[in-house]
Order: sequence, then structure tokens, then C-alpha cells
Amino acid sequence: MSRQVVIALCSGSMFGAGLAISGMADPSRVRGFLDLAGAFDPTLLFVMAGALLPMAIAWRFQRAMQCPCFSETFEIPAMRRPDKRLMIGAVIFGIGWGIAGLCPGPAIVGLALIPAKAAVFVAAMLLGMGLYRVVEPRL
Amino acid sequence: MTEALARAMPLQGVAGGLLIGVSSALMLLGLGRIAGVSGLIARAVGLARAASFDQVAVAFIIGLLTGAFVFSRLFGPVESNYPESTKALLLAGLLVGFGSRLASGCTSGHGICGVSRLSVRSIAATATFIVFGAITAALMRALGITQ
Repeated sequence: MSRQVVIALCSGSMFGAGLAISGMADPSRVRGFLDLAGAFDPTLLFVMAGALLPMAIAWRFQRAMQCPCFSETFEIPAMRRPDKRLMIGAVIFGIGWGIAGLCPGPAIVGLALIPAKAAVFVAAMLLGMGLYRVVEPRL
Repeated sequence: MTEALARAMPLQGVAGGLLIGVSSALMLLGLGRIAGVSGLIARAVGLARAASFDQVAVAFIIGLLTGAFVFSRLFGPVESNYPESTKALLLAGLLVGFGSRLASGCTSGHGICGVSRLSVRSIAATATFIVFGAITAALMRALGITQ
């Protein structure tokens, strides 16, 4: 295994464990955050705060680095203005997220925790991604 | 409000969040990659424009599954309550898959990596999907639609 594969495996494992620890692997908890009229559950905000801190520090380091530690180039998006695609995509994503309380990370983690239900969501999600792949050239 | 306080897990939330943040920092500083799960899934299964096989994306997704699985084995079952309705799961999945690709990111790529970079695009996307997620949940409640 290349060093890059090992690092990606480590990073993915930490991400998956982080979702499990934080309660974010439970879509009913995410929905408890989005459904303000219900029994509001602010846990998601604590997860965001916890995750933003190391990343804010990481971006400071990134700006001072010529290249990543174990790779040749930084593959990061250019800083652009929001456009129609971004905003329409975020609206569509938000509606789907609001219906089930699931987004891609927790859905993959769900395959390890509650496979039968998560597989239904993941299959539909891959279909949605495939659909985008088909219509992308025409957008 | 007491109900909310009873269910909230601030400590576990921050602890898990820190782990997610360190994981994302490792991807960025180690491999120069954004830990955006929707993009990594698309690349791992060949649904992205990139032509060549993306071993980093595949490894990250395998790690994601493994990390949660090992955690649940070591520390007991992880609570995970899914919607009852298969139709709701299918519709939500379709929208999440399509929308995240159209928006070039989801809760991880925009919400964590982009917001921490103070990217205007990511802040706009994150605010938009939180607001529309809340509107959707409110509409479902108002119309009496259960999951």
C-alpha cells in the first residue's frame, strides 16, 4: 500500500469514528436540529464548532506550505463567487437533508451500523450522483 | 427546552467534531485534498469527471466505514434512527446525491472545509442548505408528513 492510501484510510477512519461519537450517525438527531418546532437538538452545532477549529488552524499552515507532506500538489478549489449552480444545488441538497436528516458522510457510516436502511438511501444517492453526471455536460 | 437539554450531547459533539476536523486537516496537509465526502464518493465509484482511478478516494470511503464499524464494536452500539418510510429515504437520497454534486460539496466539503477557509461560496452554500433543511422539516410538520 502506498503511503497516500494509508493516510487516506487513517483520515477516513477518524472521520467515521468522529461521526459515530458525535451522534451525527443518527439521522433523527440531525433532524432534531433542523426541525426547530420539535424537541430542538443543538448537538450538530457543537460538532461543527469542534470540526472547524482544527481545520481553521490547518488552513493557516496550508497557506505557508509549498506542497502537502505526502503529495505533490494541493488540489483545492479556487476561491470564486457563489453562482447559480452552487445555490440551486445547495437548495436541492438542503431539501433532501431536511427530509431524512442524512448527508453523504453519515449515510456511508450507516452502511456499517444499520445496513439495510442505509443501503436504500446510499443507492438513491448514487443514482442522484449518476443523474448529475449525465446532465452535467448540458448545464 | 428541557427536552432539548436532555437529548443534546455537547461533549460528545465537540469530541467527535474535533476528530472530524483533525481527519480533514490530515487530508489537507498530508495529501492536499479536501475531505468532502460527496466528492470523494463520486470519485471512488467513478461518477466524477476525473478519468483515472482515485485510490485516495476509495481508501477514504473504506476508512469511513471501518472507523464507524470498529467504534461500534469497541464501545457498543451507535444509536442510528432512520426514517420509517422507504419512499422518504429514496427521495432524500436522490436529492442529496444530485444536489451535493451540483453544489460541488455537502456538509463536510462546504460546511467544514470551506467554512473554515472562510470561502464565500461555502458559507453561502452552508447557510442555504441549513435554511432549506429547516424549511423542509417545518413544512413536513405543518402538512403532517411523517418520514
